[in-house]
Amino acid sequence: MDPAGALRDALGPVTGALVRALGDFELAEDVAQDAAVSALERWPAEGVPDNPRAWLLTVARHRAIDRWRREARLRALLPRLDAAEPARDDRLSLLFTCCHPALAREAPVALTLRAVCGLTVAEIARAFLTGEATIAQRIVRAKRRIVATGIAFRVPAPEHLAVRLDEVLAVLYLLFNEGYLASAAAERPDLAADAEWLTAELATLMPGEPEPLGLLALIRLHGARRATRFDARGALRPLRAQDRSRWDHAAIAAATGLVVRAGRMGRPGPYQLQAAILACHAEARSWEETDWLQIVLLYDELLRRAPGPVARLNRAIALRYVAGPERALAEVDALADALGGYHLLHATRAELLRALGRPAEARRADERALALTANPAERALLEQRLA
Amino acid sequence: MKYLFLFCGTVEQMREYETLREEELAARLGAVRGWFETYGDRVTTSGRLQLPDAATTVRHRTGDAPLVTDGPFMEGHEVIGGLCVADVPELDDALAMARDWPGGGTIEVRPFMAG
Repeated sequence: MDPAGALRDALGPVTGALVRALGDFELAEDVAQDAAVSALERWPAEGVPDNPRAWLLTVARHRAIDRWRREARLRALLPRLDAAEPARDDRLSLLFTCCHPALAREAPVALTLRAVCGLTVAEIARAFLTGEATIAQRIVRAKRRIVATGIAFRVPAPEHLAVRLDEVLAVLYLLFNEGYLASAAAERPDLAADAEWLTAELATLMPGEPEPLGLLALIRLHGARRATRFDARGALRPLRAQDRSRWDHAAIAAATGLVVRAGRMGRPGPYQLQAAILACHAEARSWEETDWLQIVLLYDELLRRAPGPVARLNRAIALRYVAGPERALAEVDALADALGGYHLLHATRAELLRALGRPAEARRADERALALTANPAERALLEQRLA
Repeated sequence: MKYLFLFCGTVEQMREYETLREEELAARLGAVRGWFETYGDRVTTSGRLQLPDAATTVRHRTGDAPLVTDGPFMEGHEVIGGLCVADVPELDDALAMARDWPGGGTIEVRPFMAG
């Protein structure tokens, strides 16, 4: 295994074991990161050790002893380090701790990437096109806040689980979206891969929960169409124009299987429903043969549970093929207040106006959409339509 | 860990209690009393405060005598209407209590310093 991959697999469990043993998130994360830095210095030259977790724990223990010489408080904690062994759900506890709703809104994603995925501050800063100092400060503040507010290091008790799981799923979904359709780059495959990896871990560790499976299916259904998302010049290719023979049909079948498995648990939720909608698209042989009625019904169900203007906009796109472009346009226009600053509202209006034979208005809507997005692949698509 | 709960609301929300019909007031107060009963083993101190116009502020100044003024020290849209202190294992327990609060308004949950 390559050093970076081995480190990524080992660091989360090791950090988790240290947090559990020491009961101090900030300290544990610091010594784990020190160990990770040593690993990145030595593994490429010396080779990955047989047991990377044990190697990291030993180095982390030495770092803690170094600090102990400087700090009296550690003296009492030190014996606990000998008992530190990565347990199965340490990484899951870490994920829940990093995604606590009491942390600053922008903290969970950065903290998760750092503590659970083992990314460096520099890598996180690159991924979010932010300065290293900003990210480092964000992480330091979040770690202090975990300690100060009394956020516990463990998978939440059953009575707190529902509200906390939602938060974790939201962070993973955000991470995936940032990777899949980044705000300023065409895509960030590494972030999308991290989101998929974490969601798969979550689904494995919580086999009785359907929503992690739903999110995993959603991520993999998007991933199965990756090869056709962009044209040769890097412009976003709309679903309708994608070559469906180039989709990964084995991956689609497997992900659809996840949706079915989640569905059998009898607790539908927003991620399962979104995955089911994607599965409808992925299984259709062509845009025209898509089961639009089923998609509209799934959106109705989604909106009942998670009302939101973006889902309503997507429902309107499907409604066009069930009830005609005029009805769809009326729906879209009703969302103008809520989504006036969202480029896809205007891009959708443009398509509907063109279908209704109103090209001048369509052009104005496309221009409005173009002014509202910075993503280069989406801009290229809109520019083609305006050319 | 010990947490302070500050129950906040607008002055209008607090005055609304004065205009309620008797049975509705009794129902609301009953719900709040029920909350304190439910969490009785965790709440160590609690109390309802009079409106902020009953407050007096004493402000210390360097090199000058303390200044005493009428009214609250901070003019804000939302004011503190009551407080309680609860001793619970972790933040999630405190947040679950705050979510469960039947009295409406906004609740600030803040941990005490250790020691």
